Amino acid sequence: MAAPLPPPRLLPSGDSAITVEFSRHIDDAANQRVLALDRALAEAPVPGVSETVPTYRSLLVHYDPGQVDFATLGEKLIALAQRPASAAAKARRWRVPVTYGGENGIDLEDVARRLNTTPDDIVARHVAGHYRVAMIGFTPGWSYLSGLDKFLHMPRQENPRLLTPAGTVSIGGVQTGVQCLAGPSGWHLLGRTPVRTYQMHRDPIFLLEPGDHVTFFAIDAKTFTEQDRAAEAGEIIAELIAA
Amino acid sequence: MSTLVAASIGPASSVQDGGRHGAQRYGLTPSGAMDRLALAAANCLVGNELLAAAIEVGPFAAAFTARDGAVRVALSGASRGADIAGRSVALDTSMTITEGETLTLGFAKGGAFSYLAIEGGIAGEPMFGSLAVNARAGLGSPYPRPLQPGDAFTVKPASGAPERRIELPAASPGPIRVVLGPQDDEFSDDAKALFFDSEWKISATSDRMGYRLEGPAIKHLENHNIVSDGTVDGSIQVPGIGAPIVLMADRGTSGGYPKIATVISADFGRFAQTPAGTAFRFKAVTMAEAQSEAKAFAKLLRSLPDRVKAIENFDLNIEALHGANVAGSAVSAVDAATWHATSVDTSVQR
Repeated sequence: MAAPLPPPRLLPSGDSAITVEFSRHIDDAANQRVLALDRALAEAPVPGVSETVPTYRSLLVHYDPGQVDFATLGEKLIALAQRPASAAAKARRWRVPVTYGGENGIDLEDVARRLNTTPDDIVARHVAGHYRVAMIGFTPGWSYLSGLDKFLHMPRQENPRLLTPAGTVSIGGVQTGVQCLAGPSGWHLLGRTPVRTYQMHRDPIFLLEPGDHVTFFAIDAKTFTEQDRAAEAGEIIAELIAA
Repeated sequence: MSTLVAASIGPASSVQDGGRHGAQRYGLTPSGAMDRLALAAANCLVGNELLAAAIEVGPFAAAFTARDGAVRVALSGASRGADIAGRSVALDTSMTITEGETLTLGFAKGGAFSYLAIEGGIAGEPMFGSLAVNARAGLGSPYPRPLQPGDAFTVKPASGAPERRIELPAASPGPIRVVLGPQDDEFSDDAKALFFDSEWKISATSDRMGYRLEGPAIKHLENHNIVSDGTVDGSIQVPGIGAPIVLMADRGTSGGYPKIATVISADFGRFAQTPAGTAFRFKAVTMAEAQSEAKAFAKLLRSLPDRVKAIENFDLNIEALHGANVAGSAVSAVDAATWHATSVDTSVQR
């Protein structure tokens, strides 16, 4: 039998939530444990737990203190988190089209210059990556992906932009990401996808789940425009590869 | 059907309810009423579900006109002057606006948000079980944005049921209670002592996403950037400049600044009602105390329907007559609610 894993830290987030912290850093192994605990709680719900929020390094567990107290729930979470992870449910794999550069990816050339290479090389490296949805947060559908080629790691912008387009695919630090809504961002904008990770009147409303696998492929600007129109009408566009 | 028109309405007013739960893992924040107790009180006065959607009215004056029939409503939350066609009406009572009449609300006094519940509720298209407006995400129904003058709600015609009042316990005027963490270890003992020993004020730049605090700078031990983790209502995050921000109902679901402490859930509504510029303090309590207060708060919410009383006490009507004469305002001697208003108006807000 495998030895129990080291226990996570339990951090109180007020009287109705516990942050189960596996690491203080962006850490792939920690994120795997976050997702495993999240899965364990989904498969065998613990009374009183109302909602879970996975992040890179911790799982936020919302609960009703009228049903379970901090100490009791904390013990259960520690025990669950130390259990060797059950074989991960088959993660879904998505192929997501992106149009790189130009007006849809205004930082592509600058990123290439800073890394002493060509825009084509940046694109080739970005589409070669096998990414996992580490967390979704900040605004609806903003998906943070782990697995970025080390060559592409670079600090965020010193001056975040106040408005970046919906569907932007960008890199920042050790991560890449897909944002759904227009909004502020301090990341480097490589391109745009027509895929809506969040669309209110579509089933499903949210496309990606934490733990899903994602790869990108390049499309031209004209295809982007066509697919963007179809996506606006409710098409999913992203390709789901059978697990 | 009747129509309730927001004839005039200031900023920071929107439809809110108990919030949109279950999608924080997708980055969708719950939103919902800033003061759930006041929302619930207003709703139960007109026979709605406690956390049904109502109009959250921000600190500014507003006016609502009934069209196509009478509309029965109830008002709770921040203390403020209120009248229907010139007749004063009381906080924490139901009232009927007859066709063509206007309910006028003054500026909030000693609070920030009032709740106007409409008998029969607000019709809309729920998403994740909620009509609550989340302006950033463009969500909410019937208007996915803060209210604007001219916005109209199609509502149930007034039932003609007798008007009611509700008695709520006076709120403790004490410090806002918090539980330390989740990242209190990112701060020195001196920084934590400064946080608890200082007077704070809420900045006028605050909104439903976050209340910015004015006071001394709270320094971090090392880094003011942490790897983003989840947030809750009442998370007190401290960015690099050291001015804390308390995350409110429209918060981002994750954040990358250390959180020194978290407002206890039982005090969240009272904190949300703290007017900008009013001095207050924080006090740390144990988890056991915070959870016991959370249970007491839940019990108080459940007890609200039992606290609703009819307004038909003869003695009150006599008082109303006296009150009216003293105040010298044109009030109806048979309207007990009017008497109630003149006393409630000057009381401290919950």
